[in-house]
Amino acid sequence: MAEPLLNLSPRPSDEVRQTTCYMCACRCGINVHLKKGKPVYIEGNRDHPVNQGVLCAKGSAGIMQVLAPSRLQQPLKRVGPRGSGEFEPVSWEEALQLATGWLAPLHRENPEKLAFFTGRDQSQSFTSYWAQAFGTPNYAAHGGFCSVNMAAGGIYTMGGAFWEFGQPDWDNTKLFMLFGVAEDHDSNPIKMGIGKLKARGARIIGVNPVRSGYNAVADDWIGITPGTDGLLILALVHCLMAAGKIDLDYLSRWTNAPLLLNDDPGSPDYGLFLRDAEGNKLVIDKNTGKPARWDAKGVRPDLNGQLQRDGLTHRTVMARMAAKYLDPAYAPEQVAERCGLQPGQIRKLAADLARTAFDEAIEIQQSWTDFRGETHEVMVGRPVSFHAMRGISAHANGFQTCRALHLLQILLGAVEVPGGFRFKPPYPKPVSAHPKPHCKVTPGAPLDGPHLGYVEGPDDLCLKEDGSPARIDKAYSWENPMSAHGLMHMVISNAYAGDPYPVDVLFLYMANMSWNSSMNSGGVMEMLTATNADGSYVIPKIIYSDAYSSEMVAYADLILPDTTYLERHDCISLLDRPISEADAAADAIRWPVIEPDRDVRGFQSVLCDLGARLGLQGFVKEDGSQKYADYADYITHHERRPGIGPLAGWRGKKGEKSGRGEVNETQLQTYIDNGSFFTAHIPQEALYFKPWNKAYQDWAVETGLYDAPQFYLFDLWSEPLRRFQLAAEGHGTRQPPDHLRARIKAQLDPLPLWYAPQEETADYPYHALTQRPMAMYHSWGTQNAWLRQIHGINPLYLPEQIWQEKGFAEGDWAEVTSPHGSITVPVARMAGLNSKTVWTWNAIGKRKGAWALDEKAPEASKGFLLNHLIHELLPPKGDGLRWANSDPVTGQAAWFDLRVAIEKTEPPAESQPHFPPQKSPVGRGPQTVRQQSGPDQQSPQKKAGER
Amino acid sequence: MTQLPPASDKKLGLVIDLDICVGCHACVISCKGWNTENYGAPLSDMDAYGENPVGSFLNRVHSFEIELEDGPAQNVHFPKSCLHCETAPCVTVCPTGASYKRAEDGIVLVNEEACIGCGLCAWACPYGAREMDQAEGVMKKCTLCVDRIYNENLAAEDQIPACVRSCPTGARHFGDFGDPNSAVSQLVAEREAVDLMPEQGTKPVNKYLLPRIKDRWLDQPEAGDVLPVVAEEPEGFLKWLDKALEKL
Repeated sequence: MAEPLLNLSPRPSDEVRQTTCYMCACRCGINVHLKKGKPVYIEGNRDHPVNQGVLCAKGSAGIMQVLAPSRLQQPLKRVGPRGSGEFEPVSWEEALQLATGWLAPLHRENPEKLAFFTGRDQSQSFTSYWAQAFGTPNYAAHGGFCSVNMAAGGIYTMGGAFWEFGQPDWDNTKLFMLFGVAEDHDSNPIKMGIGKLKARGARIIGVNPVRSGYNAVADDWIGITPGTDGLLILALVHCLMAAGKIDLDYLSRWTNAPLLLNDDPGSPDYGLFLRDAEGNKLVIDKNTGKPARWDAKGVRPDLNGQLQRDGLTHRTVMARMAAKYLDPAYAPEQVAERCGLQPGQIRKLAADLARTAFDEAIEIQQSWTDFRGETHEVMVGRPVSFHAMRGISAHANGFQTCRALHLLQILLGAVEVPGGFRFKPPYPKPVSAHPKPHCKVTPGAPLDGPHLGYVEGPDDLCLKEDGSPARIDKAYSWENPMSAHGLMHMVISNAYAGDPYPVDVLFLYMANMSWNSSMNSGGVMEMLTATNADGSYVIPKIIYSDAYSSEMVAYADLILPDTTYLERHDCISLLDRPISEADAAADAIRWPVIEPDRDVRGFQSVLCDLGARLGLQGFVKEDGSQKYADYADYITHHERRPGIGPLAGWRGKKGEKSGRGEVNETQLQTYIDNGSFFTAHIPQEALYFKPWNKAYQDWAVETGLYDAPQFYLFDLWSEPLRRFQLAAEGHGTRQPPDHLRARIKAQLDPLPLWYAPQEETADYPYHALTQRPMAMYHSWGTQNAWLRQIHGINPLYLPEQIWQEKGFAEGDWAEVTSPHGSITVPVARMAGLNSKTVWTWNAIGKRKGAWALDEKAPEASKGFLLNHLIHELLPPKGDGLRWANSDPVTGQAAWFDLRVAIEKTEPPAESQPHFPPQKSPVGRGPQTVRQQSGPDQQSPQKKAGER
Repeated sequence: MTQLPPASDKKLGLVIDLDICVGCHACVISCKGWNTENYGAPLSDMDAYGENPVGSFLNRVHSFEIELEDGPAQNVHFPKSCLHCETAPCVTVCPTGASYKRAEDGIVLVNEEACIGCGLCAWACPYGAREMDQAEGVMKKCTLCVDRIYNENLAAEDQIPACVRSCPTGARHFGDFGDPNSAVSQLVAEREAVDLMPEQGTKPVNKYLLPRIKDRWLDQPEAGDVLPVVAEEPEGFLKWLDKALEKL
């Protein structure tokens, strides 16, 4: 039989439109192929700095997201009781009038009675600007329940952190160590980097209780006990210091290790830096033996300098570090068992790190000049790199663990050097270059400044005059003084409790707070529906914007339906969380590559409208009319500082300027014409040593990242932390409440330390963790028709020890209990798992009625959430106080501190707890999905064999 | 029954690196996307939002846990699609000639027009690499993106299978295994790539690179694995520090 004739060159599409993915937070460039105006295929953009052509499963499944039956269709007004899902469609005009009617009196009289929190928002520089204009102090996005410990730990230690702030030097590193769950932050670049390492034969070490994902390809796997990463890291620090295997030259030049500290325990400045009359921190200059400014020309800071001045002893940070980390408490023999390791393994790891960093050091033949005026002929590199994200962050000791990891990197001299960790513009950026948080409310006027920022001591906290928290989430209060991303996970709980005060309108965007984005999901549902004696809701009004029929929709009074990511404008801005790479600053846009076929509007455009209706400063012209017609108008015309706008590319009247420049009316079109992104490459001389490199700092100023060079030293000793400790010790006028003193003294240590993240309890012997699968991580929206076939069920994975001990067999179910509650769920055995740890995929479980899924969908019958076992508060201590289940420094939600007990049980009909179905505002999805654009490109019946 | 063509000089296929694959499913979904829109009937998803969603996929990733006596368990992510066998049993079993192997390059395809949906080829395939499309009633399988690799409407660099183009770790390589000098042939030689289930006699074109040996660090530390100590306590360390700083 002759072979059929094939059309080997079908046209893949009529047109390709390039935009930015939004299937997770990675923000890759995508080519959207369109036929007859409809998207038919999505692939990676080869020219894009983030993904260079590749694309993950989520990205390719974007088609199913754009066609999802769960897309909301029009604005909705609640008509049934909250939680029922009973709505009536309303016009946008009616919806916006309703919202304006609720919000206008608050803006005029009590702006703080609006709590505006924006979830997985990628437009935070805009939404925060809106919230600031409204005048409420109550704004944040989802960082507080995600990875704020990583961000804050990094910024407070080295002026940048992993992911958006920096990346391993994938092309030069020889040893890469990955701590904890990090499958998404960021998705494709880490996979591409791992591919590069593997191709070169570089070594990958995975530290994770669960051997899944990247740990599956790691050369060496360390199945650590959850919450003990910091202990392992500080044991490595102990070994390296005791062996003298630390980069003394690096530490003396680029870190605060040689800075002089007040060493007199009786002094009110004990533990603060010695400063000259102008406030400059001081070191002992090895050349002269005398004190000198840290940044003076030609100074060689002495790591072991000492100085008596005004009757006080001053010694270096390095001396304090020696005292702390040579303590036998950090010896491998002392910590190994707790970590689930052998002491010899820790010692071997320390030796491997030292050998790679020092014996296998690399050099790049490139001269550069530092801030002290010294020119270096070569760039010496320590080819050891690290990455971590939520795994080590989401513990109550996460902040200090993240700091410990950065301490380790810095001791090895492996930050901003070839082969190590590299910052991405606009980072590096010292704490002092960030704004301070603002909370001063003036009715009818904007807040006195940006909501979120970096505090440097008690004076910067957001407290009312009576000392109580100024913010609804208690961010920047004594409970969590350095809560740089806010505490979204506490908003509903605090609003319900009226602690610190009640709110009138809860306004949420892209956050599934009645389900997988909250701890204690069942309790949150009760809080959202709780009523006062008169029948009114305790949280009076809830406005929610989402593109999809999520579980949260049913709990809102007013729904403002958002578009999908292919139907909207966005800017991924250098003012916000950009897509830069270590070699280049970069930003990007989204634009409507298709028009919505429903009565929905991009949320940011709605805020432009709502802002004008409310008369918010910055959203109305002088004549009171609407300033920005929509978000695209804002992106083009808004200037944060003169010449600095949301987008850095093609500024100036003719698009001739980069970074700084006048508004360019055709800027968005130029982005579109250039693949929807912009890059500004860093000069060769400026590629490494960025915080100290004159060439980099000059380039950063020229590019508009900041207005003057920002040279700084890495903060091994964190003076802001020490200032909070001093307050807890009784110094200063702003004093913590007594019940928090001991905790602040112990845990806000200016040097990284480890403490147990939760109390040991024999009743709940096992650790329970969650992670999102790679094919879904950080992907919100619908339950995607293609991806749900990969991950539609989520058993609780048990290690061999528990499996045997409890007599489990395939198909069994378990009752899992925590101090807070109990769930009954299917189990499965897994061998590559820490023996005290169980885990499951997060957010597979769905509530019946949500996401346009059938009520019999496995996600809704067998799927489950661990959230029901995790309370936003710690168990009551009998003091009448509400203790948040959060990191005491940043307030990060301590998801991974969950402890459980497990017993085999009879299988119930469905996973427990079980919640009644919500009425779906969008109906059910179709039975069969069979998307193909039709006959124009190939033969009419789509038969192979025809040309 | 259908005859195989004489062995072709050109043998197109994939070599998949199991040492690198992280199991992210990027290849699965990019394949689904391209092949839903292109070659033959769309890849359907039955009960797409329901209790038992069943879709057609030409490529799937299976994950296996390997338990070892002398080390921790290891995870292997194993992407699997048609291996375009040289002696493809799925072709010879086909009663209508719908299942065929291209004489030019060895790609195994299904002519959907001639496919009667009997399913014999899926039974014959020892790898489980074929799936019946539940909506169309025809057999679906990897086409090696035959409508991409020669596609004049695509840039030269994009004339590769969708799965290869999307793979973020670079675990998938496409090329001509009939040419000993091709990049894939060299990779096969260097890394001693293996055939899947060679005992079946199917002579698969696709090859697999095996995971490298892992968890060597668990060996008992040797002498060089423990760093010599310069100081056990702070004062000694600071004395060492002074001396070391003099040498800088």
